[in-house]
Amino acid sequence: MSTSTDGESAVALDETARRFGITLEDYLLPTHGSIRILAENGEIRPVEEQGTAPGHEYPMPELEDLKDAYEALVVGRRVNDQNSALVRQGRMAVYPSSHGQEACQVAAALCLGEGDWMFPTYRDSVAVMTKGVDPVETMTLFRGDWHGGYDPTEYRVGIQCTPLTTQLLHAVGVAHAAKLRGEDTVVLAMCGDGATSEGDFHEALNFAAVFKLPVVFFVQNNQYAISVPLAHQTAAPSLAHKAVGYGMAGERVDGNDLVALLAVLRRAVRLARDGSGPLLVEAHTYRMQAHTNADDATRYRQDAEVQEWMAKDPVTRMRAYLAGQGALDDGEEERIAASAEAVAAALRDGLNAEVAPDPQDLFRYVFTEPTPQLREQSALLADELARTAADSSEEAAR
Amino acid sequence: MTVTTSSDANGNVSTATAQAVRETARESERQSRPAAPVTLAKALNTALADAMEASGDVVLFGEDIGTLGGVFRITDGLTARFGEHRCFDTPLAESGIVGMAVGMAMNGMRPVVEMQFDAFAYPALEQIFSHVAKMHNRTRGAVRLPMVIRIPYAGGIGGVEHHCDSSESYYAHTPGLKVYAPSTVADAYRMLREAIDSDDPVVFLEPKKLYWSKDAVDLDALRAAYDGGSRSGAPGTPHGAAQRAAQRTEGRAVVAREGTDATLIAYGPSVPTALAAAEAAAAEGRSLEVVDVRTIVPLDDETLCASVRKTGRAVVIAETPGFASVASEITARVQERCFHSLAAPVLRVTGFDVPYPAPKLEEYFLPSVDRILDAVDDLQWEA
Ligand SMILES: Cc1ncc(C[n+]2csc(CCOP(=O)(O)OP(=O)(O)O)c2C)c(N)n1
Ligand SMILES: [Mg+2]
Repeated sequence: MSTSTDGESAVALDETARRFGITLEDYLLPTHGSIRILAENGEIRPVEEQGTAPGHEYPMPELEDLKDAYEALVVGRRVNDQNSALVRQGRMAVYPSSHGQEACQVAAALCLGEGDWMFPTYRDSVAVMTKGVDPVETMTLFRGDWHGGYDPTEYRVGIQCTPLTTQLLHAVGVAHAAKLRGEDTVVLAMCGDGATSEGDFHEALNFAAVFKLPVVFFVQNNQYAISVPLAHQTAAPSLAHKAVGYGMAGERVDGNDLVALLAVLRRAVRLARDGSGPLLVEAHTYRMQAHTNADDATRYRQDAEVQEWMAKDPVTRMRAYLAGQGALDDGEEERIAASAEAVAAALRDGLNAEVAPDPQDLFRYVFTEPTPQLREQSALLADELARTAADSSEEAAR
Repeated sequence: MTVTTSSDANGNVSTATAQAVRETARESERQSRPAAPVTLAKALNTALADAMEASGDVVLFGEDIGTLGGVFRITDGLTARFGEHRCFDTPLAESGIVGMAVGMAMNGMRPVVEMQFDAFAYPALEQIFSHVAKMHNRTRGAVRLPMVIRIPYAGGIGGVEHHCDSSESYYAHTPGLKVYAPSTVADAYRMLREAIDSDDPVVFLEPKKLYWSKDAVDLDALRAAYDGGSRSGAPGTPHGAAQRAAQRTEGRAVVAREGTDATLIAYGPSVPTALAAAEAAAAEGRSLEVVDVRTIVPLDDETLCASVRKTGRAVVIAETPGFASVASEITARVQERCFHSLAAPVLRVTGFDVPYPAPKLEEYFLPSVDRILDAVDDLQWEA
């Protein structure tokens, strides 16, 4: 292969397939259905119903690990509902809730190592928090502030991105830089089902595959792009099948099954780290609430459909599993609920506090140093504000 | 200072370049050795090589820039010299190129990407407008994007449809982007080095019609001046830093030809045309000053206005369609700042407000010496 950046770390994919004892085609193609481990009642499915196939096997996460993941799941649900309430109370400008998708959110963060990067969308606040960003900082954009809050390089989390799939290329670039330096960083690049129709989705997958980069593309297929169902976005048999056209492996997983998500994503991250990347993982899930508070979901979907997905809830399922394993007693449940409450309280406090933006921040960060023109404009605004302040104090004195 | 170099038949030979050459020669005190003619393309190629040598973080990528050396050969030999991991071809996808550069810059590299032609950069505009221009701002300075987007730009080469465009106004209109447009061989070298060293993203506009223009530039003197005498990538000496600072081009327009009667303001491909016009005017007894803007963003209002206050008259020249353009902006700014020194309204000579014309019609579109001289004649000379 003569690709310029084909470093030593890249592994020929047929070699990877051989390692799993299957053909390249079988390695690249998703399995016949989604990988699913936990049934809706919280029981482990019989192996023959898990959707695995030879060469597509996924080590079961440890129980302790799953307990921690469950806690993050409960916190994530509480955060979603708290934020939706804050929007209703006018304390937040907008919140694209991931209610129903929390298993995906939690798994996206927990599959990564410390030095790994994540490039999230507007819907991935819970994933961002789970990766370690302070909850109030995470919500900066949604409270209507002008900046993204946290420092992406500190947390290795891109600013939540709204122009659909543009962030996937940034993920590719971060991975490329890491690879050129011989670092073993993996980058998780997130997007929704509708976003897979965008041009940058194609360009990002193609670049990642051609340069053999350690990127895991994680698509949360929540069935809708605002109002438009997936059938209107693509004629592909599944979104995971799109991977094959780029020469990367595609996987499908039950997006409401935290156990399966962790198993599949961790394997994908490991493969990417070992030089068999990139990979694409499509998770089947459902957006239980409207696109954002500004949307009216009753205009485009039936309540019966929502009810059907209610029964597949990721939190209930996980709770039942852990309880069944004897890993979750009442005391433990209370502790987890209290920690979720603490995060919710921090959000309420943080988002209730008024932020008085400094108007001069308009100019401060356009460039590393303001240009002479920006200095002039900043002086103009300062003068305007000083005169307004003088006028109002004069008025007060009268 | 008077200029002795005259333009060729196309008005393409750069007298500003000749002057820069003389300045450089003076600075380096090497007048004893006459410099060999160097093309602007060679200066750019040398700047890329020197920047790559100076820092391992500098990586180049784009379409056909590896083995081929780019369709204009600006990256010629760089893959062979620095390896495929430093200068490489990407799949054909301009948004992909710029978007990947954003991620690389976020993660410690200094990517320099090439758009094959100006009008083929447009698929990358979403990345440029929504991310390249905004990343520093939306992260409150936490993320800097030290990246350069090199764009072969503007007309005058008889390019077929979509191969020529004057796209500077789109970039200049977008806050957060720096926009450089060199017009001389010496500036091509200096400005590309500065762009690569800048911690802000730079859109670097390379006038296609000047790629093969030659000037007797002492390239080694320029390189030494930029790197402080060090050619090995070692950090420059304090003396070197001072030398580099003195030669800084960002935000510094330059008087390319001195004159007393009116000021011609131009940048990039229009500078040689302006100089040719000044030369022709001199033959008719009119002394025109030519100011080369060099960096459109940031714009050096001071130098522009100092010249116009001195001469009292100005014509702004640009190939771009004039409506809502960089030329309009410069005109407005000069008028606002120099009104009381002006003997006549500031005029513009720009491309017409039409889609970029086919090669056979291009000569009617581009600002010409005659059109510039006509504008100068209209500057209300009768007392
Ligand atoms: C380039 C671009 N076009 C349009 C939009 C407006 N928009 C925001 S979210 C969205 C739907 C995206 O759906 P999907 O990718 O399925 O993600 P989900 O919102 O369901 O998580 C649209 C059209 C946008 N943000 N960016
Ligand atoms: Mg969706």
